[in-house]
Amino acid sequence: MNESVLLKTKHLTKFFPVKTGVFRRTSGWVKAVDDVSFQVYPGETFGIVGESGCGKSTLGMTILRLIEPTSGSVFFEDRDVTTLSSSQLLRFRKNIQMIFQDPFSSLNPRMRVGSIIGEGMTVHGVGARSNREFIVRTLLEKVGLQADSFDRYPHEFSGGQRQRIGIARALAISPKLIIADEAVSALDVSIRSQIINLMADLKTEFQLTYLFISHDLSVVKHLCDRIMVMYLGKTMEITTREILFCRPLHPYTVSLISAVPVPDPDYHINRILLLGDVPSPVHPPSGCRFHTRCPVTRKKCETDEPLLIEQEPFHFVACHYPGTLAISVPLILTSDSTL
Amino acid sequence: MNKPSLLLDVKDLRVFFYNDNKEELHAVDGVTFQVYCGETVALVGESGCGKSVTSLALLRLIDSNGRITGGEITFAGINLLHLSKKQMQGIRGKDISMIFQEPSTALNPVFTIGDQIMETIILHQHVNQKEARDIAEGMLKIAGIPDPGKRLLEYPHELSGGMKQRAMIAMALSCRPKLLIADEPTTSLDVTIQAQILELIRDLQQKLNMAVILITHDLGIVADMANRIIVMYAGKIVEEGNRQDIFKDPSHPYTIGLLRSIPRLDIHQEKLSSIPGMVPDPVHFPSGCRFRNRCPLADPLCQQEPSSALISDHHFVYCHHWKRKAELQAESFTNE
Repeated sequence: MNESVLLKTKHLTKFFPVKTGVFRRTSGWVKAVDDVSFQVYPGETFGIVGESGCGKSTLGMTILRLIEPTSGSVFFEDRDVTTLSSSQLLRFRKNIQMIFQDPFSSLNPRMRVGSIIGEGMTVHGVGARSNREFIVRTLLEKVGLQADSFDRYPHEFSGGQRQRIGIARALAISPKLIIADEAVSALDVSIRSQIINLMADLKTEFQLTYLFISHDLSVVKHLCDRIMVMYLGKTMEITTREILFCRPLHPYTVSLISAVPVPDPDYHINRILLLGDVPSPVHPPSGCRFHTRCPVTRKKCETDEPLLIEQEPFHFVACHYPGTLAISVPLILTSDSTL
Repeated sequence: MNKPSLLLDVKDLRVFFYNDNKEELHAVDGVTFQVYCGETVALVGESGCGKSVTSLALLRLIDSNGRITGGEITFAGINLLHLSKKQMQGIRGKDISMIFQEPSTALNPVFTIGDQIMETIILHQHVNQKEARDIAEGMLKIAGIPDPGKRLLEYPHELSGGMKQRAMIAMALSCRPKLLIADEPTTSLDVTIQAQILELIRDLQQKLNMAVILITHDLGIVADMANRIIVMYAGKIVEEGNRQDIFKDPSHPYTIGLLRSIPRLDIHQEKLSSIPGMVPDPVHFPSGCRFRNRCPLADPLCQQEPSSALISDHHFVYCHHWKRKAELQAESFTNE
């Protein structure tokens, strides 16, 4: 895996100030993303999974500098994104596009679909002006919309179709990386699978790299090659899909997998019920952030913060006692059993 | 084992809404099902299939732009549609309770948790303030809220999402209802919290011996929780059966397509199947079988309304061509 790296974050951190009182004095910090380092290789789908408040969306925005990081750095093709000037940043953003969760609020209701998709090309000067309409119409077809969608407005489309528009917009300037933040979470089951398949097909056709942010482990398992599990702003585990679902080592990952409902009445996994709620990111627990809910926590976890260590090749875990908690049912990832 | 007694009998229920253009929207169109004491029945379907409207109709909570235009809802021998408003209030929260998807909007932000739970208790049980408070505290404890005495005095915003849902459950169950309607009870919650809440509902259901109507779009939750499953599409029931029937022998093309389009944790899927097209607009539902414009098996016969076919005991399907389901290869669903 020592091939070229497309995207790399190093100790990336984002703290949001908590302001209180009349003078809006900063009384604390929300540690949304705390010292997160990972690498994304060209051509892969890298998944970031975690529950609400784990910092996965903030992380996605920080990479694009839609939110300025507090510290740490982001490298895209060996260039440090965090040091770019604003004009350099604009040019840099041509490389990365985003697909958002809510297909209703992420499209401008006053713009026609053709302009929405074509706007990025105008901003970044992609293609000859005369050619842009043709490119947009080709893209519409590629994402499965009718060519006459060009002159219509977003409200005329259903949720699934709008998400297709969002995907076409992201593709229009031929980015190298697409960050999809909960891109299929708002969709109905039958529409969701259409969009998942579309994203998989487009990835092959346009040789894309995806950073796929989601809370849904089943979708992440279906789409992603490598996966990072986050909890309260920290990385818990990073590894390949096969290892993560067959041999998860972090107790949080194991609990998460065991909590996913599976549509098969004969599927019985030893469900690990985590107690309590996710603690507030303003006052995260000392030591390992998961220790307050961890079923196998010990004394050391309360005081010492575990480092992210490569336990076996390509398998990074931040836990003092990795593997103490194991899943009871091995999940089938390779054989081709279908319904 | 004795056959459990019938609790709720819904016959040919129709709920129509009217939009600004005075067009009729047949949100629920001829829905018939039964719920027996102590069982869990899941109403499953995608948005707009009428599952939530059905549940609201059971409590006669349909908005003013809609109307229950036909059918019967018989609960414990009483036709709820014949009751006066006042009589209906005596049923809501007492015999039939409901928990909603979004606990933060379902709870009143200006009253404490205690006030809101006690309101139900005082309304339906002949108790004084002090006794109501004790019952409320007991319910919070049963619902797994730590330090219930303190929580009673707190406002909804002071509780986390999971805690709010527990408080809602405590409120819904405070009068020991015979039927609990849970409308997407865990959709807004994280997966580890979802597991806690589902476990709680299951546990309390056994303790109180109540029936549960679980409304959800998540077939994983259904497989985990339901005894019987009703699959809805565009305002109609398309298939009904027990858990094994629906998951092991799905017979309506829609059910089959839906099950195949879910990404799954437990098995490997090279490519997901997907149902082409989208749910039709409720003003212009197709005549006959409403799934026919997305169905790979559709032919001219489907322009006629399918009647129910009995596959096995308690397993019904509303499809002309269910016997041809073996023809539904995975590919027939993928091409768009």
